[in-house]
Amino acid sequence: MSPNSTAHQAEAPSPHDPDERGHFGPYGGRFMPEALIGALDELTAEYDKARLDPEFTGEFARLLRDYAGRPSLLTEAPRFAEHAGGARVFLKREDLNHTGSHKINNVLGQALLTKRMGKKRVIAETGAGQHGVATATACALMGLDCVVYMGEVDTERQALNVARMKLLGAEVIPVKSGSRTLKDAINEALRDWVTNVDTTHYLLGTAAGGHPFPLMVRNFHKVIGIEARAQILDLAGRLPDVVTACVGGGSNAIGIFHGFIDDADVRLVGIEPGGHGIESGEHGATLSEGSPGMLHGALSYLLQDEDGQTVEAYSISAGLDYPGVGPEHAWLKDTARAEYRSVTDDEAMAAFKLLSRTEGIIPAIESAHALAGALKLGQELGPEGLILVNLSGRGDKDMDTAAKYFGFYEES
Amino acid sequence: MGLATLFEGTRAEGRAALVGYLPAGYPTVDASIELLKGMIDAGCDLVEVGVPYSDPVMDGPVIQAAAVEALGNGFRLRDVFRVVEAVSAHGGKAVVMTYWNPVHRYGVDAFSRDLAAAGGLGIITPDLIPDEAAEWMTASTEHGLDRIFLVAPSSSDERIASTVKASSGFVYATAVMGVTGARDAVGSAAAGLVARTRAHTTLPVAVGLGVRSGAQAAEVAAFADAVIVGSAFVTRAASGVDSVRELAAELAAGVRKAPTPIG
Ligand SMILES: Cc1ncc(COP(=O)(O)O)c(C=O)c1O
Repeated sequence: MSPNSTAHQAEAPSPHDPDERGHFGPYGGRFMPEALIGALDELTAEYDKARLDPEFTGEFARLLRDYAGRPSLLTEAPRFAEHAGGARVFLKREDLNHTGSHKINNVLGQALLTKRMGKKRVIAETGAGQHGVATATACALMGLDCVVYMGEVDTERQALNVARMKLLGAEVIPVKSGSRTLKDAINEALRDWVTNVDTTHYLLGTAAGGHPFPLMVRNFHKVIGIEARAQILDLAGRLPDVVTACVGGGSNAIGIFHGFIDDADVRLVGIEPGGHGIESGEHGATLSEGSPGMLHGALSYLLQDEDGQTVEAYSISAGLDYPGVGPEHAWLKDTARAEYRSVTDDEAMAAFKLLSRTEGIIPAIESAHALAGALKLGQELGPEGLILVNLSGRGDKDMDTAAKYFGFYEES
Repeated sequence: MGLATLFEGTRAEGRAALVGYLPAGYPTVDASIELLKGMIDAGCDLVEVGVPYSDPVMDGPVIQAAAVEALGNGFRLRDVFRVVEAVSAHGGKAVVMTYWNPVHRYGVDAFSRDLAAAGGLGIITPDLIPDEAAEWMTASTEHGLDRIFLVAPSSSDERIASTVKASSGFVYATAVMGVTGARDAVGSAAAGLVARTRAHTTLPVAVGLGVRSGAQAAEVAAFADAVIVGSAFVTRAASGVDSVRELAAELAAGVRKAPTPIG
């Protein structure tokens, strides 16, 4: 399939689109200050035009191919699969994209839209730093000013990505409020947006937020699933039994899930961060453990207390350390089209090391959650099973966390 | 209803109303009650009782810090009813200002019922737009509460029209694009926004965001039906009731300096 027709297919209106005001069932919508509604309306109108405009989809496809390096590979992981009950395991290699994760897909799409809207300044939030790096990259490419908000805790655990963003010309603002992680970086970016909305596009990094973000971000990532479906049919000769991905805000998962959403026999399994274990209360398993509520502009599942105060999430992985989740996942959960479970920090780190040592691929710790999920799913499916894992990013950024976790610094 | 009477009164006096904001539970529940009573005694025609919330995206540093402190001191959502009840018993008028998730979690109908029982007059909803407010429309009607939605300089005329149609009591015009916080100059966009809003409604229009002095209050009172003051009161609250009363008195004099434009 040509990149052009892939992009065209990804953007085409579908029965899985939300209603006009962005509702997936009861979820989604816009729980946003009136001051931002004008900007969301402008963005919706521009996106609705662009998604049907061959000039836009063509330019997007060209950037995905010539700049991001798509299509990304599909790699079988047989030595890893020996630990997964003997099921066959295929990895969708989003780690091989330019900047090292799936995030670049959405960023290129939104940066193109920013230019169409005539805005010159882009703001973004980042957790792991992958979205911040991707945004800084696209802004460098397209000559846009870039400001990235990042929780102070994350600037420490992802110092390498802070340096990358600075090198790319972005201003990185450490956020010192609240939990000093992704949630608070989004709060701070929203405060900037409401102040500077005339000149500024908020380039949200996941399939959450007020309408049209969940729809638009999903569509920019659909390319993952469309490619993967064709590739696995080609390499394995059949559809997978299970497609699995990690879920932070839900963008890489929704992108790969949509390639298979109409294949009723393909199970879609999202893996959430179980942190120190669900019983410990220190986790980020929003869909598994949360309840309906609004955060950052949409009704979805949320980690909250009895009074509706957001509860801080925890994960060893900065990119999954978020108490909310995109609204379409809430709907997929309630309709049972997708399942959501969690794996702990320790299980994720074991899978992180295992993939490194069996396949020579160092995954992002976020993606290692999906790998840990795949190990369990493989045990459940047995040798006949076929599992597709979204390897959403590479692990270079995580070396400091990993070296500390495994005690490499003490050994040397 | 209470808010209609209030604005009839201030219009008869040919002046704008003074509306003061303070988060419930800041610094503690009991202390916030004393502060609010002081604000009323010194000239606030209406108080906005804020609900401290974990993710106040519309608020600047002063109100953020107050919310953190109130929550740290053990504020629970149900305390807001105790605060409103105390204000009402003191002879004051109160509306609640809250981000929507706490209300959603409590149950929109249950929250409305308990607020009305405490003597509250309505809710200001900074992150709930009429498009998403079906449940609140029903509950507010059922329990006789006013719905105070916001309009902003970025609102289209079409949105202003639909927002004021869904509103009751008064309309909250955010004077500047930005978060809460005292400013040296009140946005020049404010007067224009009030005029655009008046084209669609006879409801009183209140202007908030940024006012901190008697002179600014007078400036806003020249074109608005009410002047809303938030962060400046919260800053004063740290130094106690006398400081809050002093500001309320200065602002109350301010709203009496300028003749209100409509009768
Ligand atoms: C490599 C990688 N995977 C996954 C995520 C989680 O985000 P999402 O759930 O939106 O895919 C991140 C976020 O930073 C990431 O960097």
